[in-house]
Amino acid sequence: MIMDKPIVVAANVVKRFGPLKALNGVSLSIAPGAVQCIIGPSGSGKSTLLRCINQLETIDAGAIEVDGELIGYRRRGDELHELSDAEIARQRLATGMVFQRFNLFNHMTALQNIVEGPVTVLRRPRREAVAEAETLLERVGLSDKRNAYPIELSGGQQQRIAIARALAMKPKLMLFDEPTSALDPELVGEVLAVMRDLASSGMTMIVVTHELGFAREVASDVIFMDKGEIVERGSPATILTAPRHERTRNFIAAVLT
Amino acid sequence: MSELAAPAERGLAEIAGLRIVPRRFYGRWIAAALILLVLAWIVKAFAQGQIAWPVVAQFFTAPAILAGLVNTIIMTACAMTLGIVLGVVFAIMYMSPNPVLRGVALFYIWFFRGTPLLLQLLLWFNLALVFPTIGIPGLVEWRTIDVIGPFMATLLGLGMNQGAYTAEVVRSGILSVDVGQTEAAKAIGMTRLTTLRRIVLPQAMRVIIPPVGNEFISMVKLTSIASVIQFSEILRNAQTIYYANARVIELLIVAAGWYLLVVTLLQIGQFFLERVFSKGRGERRQPAQEAGA
Repeated sequence: MIMDKPIVVAANVVKRFGPLKALNGVSLSIAPGAVQCIIGPSGSGKSTLLRCINQLETIDAGAIEVDGELIGYRRRGDELHELSDAEIARQRLATGMVFQRFNLFNHMTALQNIVEGPVTVLRRPRREAVAEAETLLERVGLSDKRNAYPIELSGGQQQRIAIARALAMKPKLMLFDEPTSALDPELVGEVLAVMRDLASSGMTMIVVTHELGFAREVASDVIFMDKGEIVERGSPATILTAPRHERTRNFIAAVLT
Repeated sequence: MSELAAPAERGLAEIAGLRIVPRRFYGRWIAAALILLVLAWIVKAFAQGQIAWPVVAQFFTAPAILAGLVNTIIMTACAMTLGIVLGVVFAIMYMSPNPVLRGVALFYIWFFRGTPLLLQLLLWFNLALVFPTIGIPGLVEWRTIDVIGPFMATLLGLGMNQGAYTAEVVRSGILSVDVGQTEAAKAIGMTRLTTLRRIVLPQAMRVIIPPVGNEFISMVKLTSIASVIQFSEILRNAQTIYYANARVIELLIVAAGWYLLVVTLLQIGQFFLERVFSKGRGERRQPAQEAGA
């Protein structure tokens, strides 16, 4: 059972997009060091949940705590006060995010992409930041691409740089939003390899993915979501091979065929 | 090529040695000839017309013309600088979640796009009629007439008007940057303003520069309307000269020549500026340097 204080706690989170309820009362907690995979059909709310955790979306009801801190609000007695832009930016430093479409800064080289956060946001000395960025480039196997612009890189290379960019901020938690969905099939492996390496280094990760093989191999825990709700949660072996709910069974059968 | 090519393929392969005759573009040759004829006719007409070319040459570098040229260039630079600064500020205010800032920006753009430039110039120039003195009450006070002379009135008129148009150009540039860029910037902990400054505006520049370059060129010529409020730019000085010597066409040709020269230089500048801001957009095709610091 979970002994450490959870790094993410969500309680009855509701998110509406107009009439659509993208999240319909989601509650969960995630332990530090966990590799939490979230699977589910498109439109099930799994990406929305991820985006709520680092406040790219605001939630309509419920509450989320990241690293023991309520996000988006400060509690004063019986009142919740909305945080300022700068305070939200500070809270986001606890999480790193990797996007489906990479979103590397197009006007910067690979190295500049990685150095940008540490220098501009954390105000670290440039020389230190560059040295660390070089270590990260080596870790994702792209030292020879340090001066390449995103347009000159393949999708897989861009995503590995994007992971390095997120890691440069030394987050406590990494969020992956379908990191391999926009990649050509032969490029998926190189990104998953970097993520596997990151998982084995003890990083807490929440991974929204369709790669059931990756989930089976690396996840410490799998959540299946559908229609804005968590349908079931358990070990990879349970969810992926012997799910209890029919919706989970149908989804896994559909993905595997 | 395979040794086992079928007979049909071998037959087609034989054409490899034949001579290729390029297409002939008769239409282009005819058009070019016609255009040359028309040009020659125009040149001949002007050469034989009642224009004293020596007078054009004489006044091309006359001190009054050069002084006007300098004023035109200084005014263009100052008014565009003011216009771009105001444009960026009001575009950001327009897109701000703060309703007060939005309202101010909307009003500014509405007012300065909604009234003729000439009218705005006259308003600034005649501000002394409304406010004889300006300043901070109790601290400093100047006579408006001393502060807002022809130069100030022209600068405020052209600059504020330009700001309203540039704001829309900057806004369209900002909108052209993918939201994913903003989200990635937020995700590494950037605030709204840092995101704009470091991530969005540098990429918006690629879209902003061509229309602003266009407006820069318009501004060079637009300064000429300041002649109505006695700002001594090049056209006004040319007019002053031809009122005295009656060489109207000659002096207009002098002014036209200088405008064309300045605009040509600006176009060359724009070309290089566009190259700088197309970084990472594919135009820069040389391979990434190997290693190195």
